[in-house]
Amino acid sequence: MSHHIVEVKGLSHVYPDGTHALRDVSFRITHGESVALIGANGAGKSTLLLHLNGYLVPTQGEVRVGDLPVTRTTLNEIRRSVGMVFQNPDDQLFMPTVFDDVAFGPLNLGLPPEEAERRVAQALEQVDALPLRGKPPYRLSAGEKKRVAIAAVLAMSPDILVMDEPTDGLDPFARRTLIGLLKEFRHTRIITSHDLDMVLELCQRAIVLHEGRVMADGPVLDIFRDEALLAACRLEPPLSMQGCPVCGGQGR
Amino acid sequence: MHMADALLSPAVGAGMWAVSAGAIAWCSRKVRDGQDERQVPLMGVMGAFVFAAQMINFAIPGTGSSGHIGGGLLLALLLGPHAAFLVIASVLVVQALFFADGGLLALGCNMFNMGIIPAFLAYPLIYRPLAGRQPTRARLSIAATATAVVAAQLGALGVVLQTTASGISELPFAAFAGVMLPIHLPIGVAEGVFTAAVVSFISKANPGFTATINPAPASSIRHSRLVPVVLVSALIIAGLCSRYASALPDGLDWSIRHIAGAAEPAAPGSGPHAFFAKLQEKIAPMPDYSAAGASSSVAGIVGAIATMLAVVLCGAILRRPWGKR
Amino acid sequence: MAGIDAVITDLHALEGLALEDSPLQRLDPRAKLLTTLLYIVCVVSFGRYELSALAPFAIFPVAMIAGGSLSLLPLLRRIVLLLPFPLMVGIFNPLIDREIMVQLGPLAISGGWISLASIFLRSLLTLGAALVLVSVTGFPAICAALERFRVPRVFVVQLLFLHRYLYVLAEEGGRMARAREFRSFGNRGMGIRPTTALLGTLLFRTWDRAGRIHHAMLCRGFRGEFPVRRTFRFGLRELLFTAGWSVLFLMLRMGNLSRIVGGLIMEVVR
Repeated sequence: MSHHIVEVKGLSHVYPDGTHALRDVSFRITHGESVALIGANGAGKSTLLLHLNGYLVPTQGEVRVGDLPVTRTTLNEIRRSVGMVFQNPDDQLFMPTVFDDVAFGPLNLGLPPEEAERRVAQALEQVDALPLRGKPPYRLSAGEKKRVAIAAVLAMSPDILVMDEPTDGLDPFARRTLIGLLKEFRHTRIITSHDLDMVLELCQRAIVLHEGRVMADGPVLDIFRDEALLAACRLEPPLSMQGCPVCGGQGR
Repeated sequence: MHMADALLSPAVGAGMWAVSAGAIAWCSRKVRDGQDERQVPLMGVMGAFVFAAQMINFAIPGTGSSGHIGGGLLLALLLGPHAAFLVIASVLVVQALFFADGGLLALGCNMFNMGIIPAFLAYPLIYRPLAGRQPTRARLSIAATATAVVAAQLGALGVVLQTTASGISELPFAAFAGVMLPIHLPIGVAEGVFTAAVVSFISKANPGFTATINPAPASSIRHSRLVPVVLVSALIIAGLCSRYASALPDGLDWSIRHIAGAAEPAAPGSGPHAFFAKLQEKIAPMPDYSAAGASSSVAGIVGAIATMLAVVLCGAILRRPWGKR
Repeated sequence: MAGIDAVITDLHALEGLALEDSPLQRLDPRAKLLTTLLYIVCVVSFGRYELSALAPFAIFPVAMIAGGSLSLLPLLRRIVLLLPFPLMVGIFNPLIDREIMVQLGPLAISGGWISLASIFLRSLLTLGAALVLVSVTGFPAICAALERFRVPRVFVVQLLFLHRYLYVLAEEGGRMARAREFRSFGNRGMGIRPTTALLGTLLFRTWDRAGRIHHAMLCRGFRGEFPVRRTFRFGLRELLFTAGWSVLFLMLRMGNLSRIVGGLIMEVVR
């Protein structure tokens, strides 16, 4: 029995205005996998993420996390085991200080204050942000905000990490730091991104979404080498796999 | 217009604080019992929105000047009166602390003038009946403008009443009101027109939006019960305030006697300020200060300058131990 | 829009001070809040002609500025921006009240001028005290103090949220306003219609943001109760601080220190 498994079966979602955001999506992600969800804008990635922790309820199909189906009654269990890192950390860091924000989850879990404090320190340590604990979020740099947002999720000790565009808006150094950090994690990871070079480094497997459908699901390298598929899905290979514009050398 | 600490007597300030604090407690309970936890972040960001909106100017046609939205009416339209009042009150707290808009003692007055009046008087009494359930664009504009004008006038009147009841300014009630109310007429019109324009914009851009946001209009029955309560409590407070209003006995009559030529005779012997004045006369906590002789005044001035110097000196000395590291 | 940028810069400057670490900053915010409130009440409780007795009250903001190592200029700039309204109302005092109250040699000063000066001094002291309070305490700490004073949790949380998103939305609104300004010439483009569209759009974005924040809260187990951390305690230092200042304020309120000092100086001169 493991909580680290995510299974989506025949999932479809139609928004109230009639938009078909997801059509018959199925996949299974097992313990410790690191999976990229890629696709053009409007391919359905965000809608899919919103289903993974029960913010949206499936119109059709099923989502299971570990042994539990995602339903209204299992929300608390699900949200404890699926940690969601938002694209814009300003939406996620709403408490007055870094410490308070990271403590928000553990306190809501009903942990005693000392235990919550221990978890906060541990989570901040993990993302190398302990010195920031007393700062208000609006005084952090983009990279710091990202790391604190991740700590806020880690403090709830989730089994599965879901990350929406983790490298969005970061400068090259902050991006590098973050990738290094994410490599260390042993959680099951689901990452959406347009930063395909990061995907190449972090994920073994990719699921390609296009107009709400799963177009491909397989090893990252295979998918990035299939130029026809990528073009059909309004994507292109990562820059590191394209030819070098200076020396003309072929990428990987 | 923000009421200011410097124009306020403690009794008036405390009285208005009591009313506003009561309103905060009551609205907080209402919002909490509303059980809509989505409200929590929504109210917060809407407060920040009003803040940002107040800094975005538009050109007023034909005048060459520019104005900005106040936001109180817009909040009432979008969030309903209870949540709107809490949001306005929170914005005023931040303004008082960070921008020293008015000050801390005057905060109670400002919450009353800019929060309670628009949310619990103008909105349920003017806007709701005029706009009806599904207002057309024209009807919305008329209702919003009327509401904003009434709210601005009452708010300005509040500032005038609180100032005269405090007795720090010499300005007689009639003269002050004669200046403040006309100034707030265009302010109210602009607020109403602009609020209506924003609401029409959002309902046109996203027709489903306005239908989902304003909480059930059925609660308007409760408002009608509330209005008299607010009015009566305001009157009681005003009466109580005026009893202790001025450190100076008979302050208003005294100032009126000094208007050269009495260009604006403020109808002495009648009207609210004569009533306040009479009450003040009865219970004056302080002896009449103007009796102080000239020599002691000179000593006062010399002493004031000396103490100020000493204070600045103390500050300079105290500064050193924790100065910039 | 330069206005918004200036406001954000000022806010940052004011709040940055509260993050520094000094004995004053570490004090329980309740002590500072109570003391400041008592101070303001004392200052405004004087009669309208009181001037000399107000002067010694400057000691409180000055001591706090010194103790918290605040810089004076940003504070003064904010206060000066705010003075016009009380002064505008007070400016009529000299016109209305012409009775001579003080004769300084050839210079006759009417009651109106004295009460105007009094309004000026009150503004300086009360506004200064409020700004100093937030500078040495920080807004979240003030909110925490309010929570301990039994202000409804809903309102405290509202204040915290407002404060948190103030910067985010001011910056967002500022960016939009700047984008409009770059493409407006004279008053074209600055009228009511484009401004409505701008604010309407900002409103939609704000609404969506509220939805995302709510989602983020749910993701971390929010079930309607908002945790507010209580880390400070009202100890002996706080008691001494509050009691000490209160006694001083009451003494300054009862007796006119300026006049006593002035009397002494006059004696010595004679």
